[in-house]
Amino acid sequence: MNLEEYKGVYVFAQQVDNVLNSIAFELIGKGKDLADALGAEVTAVLVGSDVKGLADELAEYGADKVIVVDDPELKEYRTEPYAHALASVINEFKPEIFLVGATAIGRDLGPRVSARIHTGLTADCTQLEIGDFPINPIPGREQKHNQLLMTRPAFGGNTIATIACPDFRPQMATVRPGVMQKRAKVAGAKANVIEFNPGFTPDNKYVEILKVVKAVSDTVDIMDAKILVSGGRGVGSAENFKILDDLAAVLGATVSCSRAVVDAGWKPKDLQVGQTGKTVRPNVYFAIGISGAIQHLAGMEESDIIIAINKDESAPIFDVADYGIVGDLNKIVPALTEKLKAELAAK
Amino acid sequence: MKIVVCIKQVPDTKGGVKFNPDGTLDRAAMMTIMNPDDKAGLEAALRLKDQYGAEVTVITMGLPKAEDVLREAMAMGADKGILVTDRVLGGADTWATSQTLAGAIRNLEYDLIITGRQAIDGDTAQVGPQISEHLGIPVISYAQKIEIDGDSVIVERQFDDRYHVLKAKMPCLITALAELNPPRYMTPGGIFDACDAELTVWGRANLIDVEDSNLGLKGSPTQIAKASDKVRKGQGEKINKDVTESVDYIVGKLKDRHVI
Repeated sequence: MNLEEYKGVYVFAQQVDNVLNSIAFELIGKGKDLADALGAEVTAVLVGSDVKGLADELAEYGADKVIVVDDPELKEYRTEPYAHALASVINEFKPEIFLVGATAIGRDLGPRVSARIHTGLTADCTQLEIGDFPINPIPGREQKHNQLLMTRPAFGGNTIATIACPDFRPQMATVRPGVMQKRAKVAGAKANVIEFNPGFTPDNKYVEILKVVKAVSDTVDIMDAKILVSGGRGVGSAENFKILDDLAAVLGATVSCSRAVVDAGWKPKDLQVGQTGKTVRPNVYFAIGISGAIQHLAGMEESDIIIAINKDESAPIFDVADYGIVGDLNKIVPALTEKLKAELAAK
Repeated sequence: MKIVVCIKQVPDTKGGVKFNPDGTLDRAAMMTIMNPDDKAGLEAALRLKDQYGAEVTVITMGLPKAEDVLREAMAMGADKGILVTDRVLGGADTWATSQTLAGAIRNLEYDLIITGRQAIDGDTAQVGPQISEHLGIPVISYAQKIEIDGDSVIVERQFDDRYHVLKAKMPCLITALAELNPPRYMTPGGIFDACDAELTVWGRANLIDVEDSNLGLKGSPTQIAKASDKVRKGQGEKINKDVTESVDYIVGKLKDRHVI
């Protein structure tokens, strides 16, 4: 492998039902930082059926170039034709860096692609930068410059590791949604659009889609909320979430929850914060009746202000809370709602 | 039908997480368990065995002590256990791990391979899909329901706002969610038999169609630049007062921080 041949930062522009996922813009935003450090361009790879019209939106968020792989086989996400699309783009265009969102789709697609083209893949990164590897010079060992240093949590968020991929290209990472910043949208920006179709011939690896069932949900995406009122097992029942709903209504906040609540069937999975749910970082995060398992903390500890209410004084949630209140949530939450109502009415 | 289930022995991060006084993880104090998603995958295999009849083989790559999880799996109802262990396999990233497991699985006949979605130590969710790529078979990740239909498998595959009902020709690899099936308990008879059961132990020499350059630390494209225990945000203020005082405290802080 001639590493010098590989140039540029590429990102997978995930779309579902011809709507781009926010992660596409986040990856372009981060890709720009990396490309600036390398003196390179950011290319978005758009895969789907009848998706060419989305290229302009990618340009408005900063993509210099858009490669469109458009084929009827790519209408609904399936591992094989999508893996073939990305692996073919990589073999043809030889990117130095390839980023994929650590979404359910990206975490299925990324490993398949990296295994096909034989390179490393670092999962679920929360920080990416260009630097040297090894980070500090080691006598007798070559220190490579301009490497992608990929930082990710492991052990359920207890440790962080920085990974490099010095001898293979592209350097591939999946990136956790909601962590990287989008660039401001530049209306009317245009990218250089390249259409590329490697050909899709179904084989044993193509699965057949018998049915697509969409969950009906009218809830706000908790990743976009400025204030989250989050409840855990301590709330006690689905019905008792009403006191959280009331608090959220006064603050214009959104209700979210811990995994225990989803497992108990009190709330749907798309409201779950944590390692196996969503990563959030609102301005204010109320953790109500949430003990604070490591997996939960991993999804919310970057919040600006964390307010925890829990009757168990030794609950681990207090280890990350800015303001911890030991007490009975059934009394404190309704009283807080009333007090806030009065305060806001007085303004 | 023949089913291979890949399982991993992991430190128990759930509930039993222990910290050193400096806030770092106290690994020595933590127990090891069968990775929860893998256990759900094993349960899925055992249910297929109950329903359709199947031979279930569990395979793990790890240190010799990983035989504990094989015995646990056999006490739950798995028929055979294979431990892949060799010094040259150590330090493997997901590429080298998936090469190793694929190389071992090439010795076996299989209709289905089931892995857990991800392990709770690495959280990568990569090894399952990578094994399927090396073996040239389809992968269906995040299975929430599995049925057999002749020479095909029908799987409900969950992601984000929807699920797909997918049909794939076997052989096929499926990754299972811990939510898929609550795992069954070991039976006393099963535990008794599993203690004495003969396990197969394989090393490098038993791997088929895998080059040395793809194994262990040396065969791993990714390398660790640095690792550290996470420095947590740290504890802020904590109060334990009556309801009125607690509420006044919160409202005061929300005002101080210009939230209201």
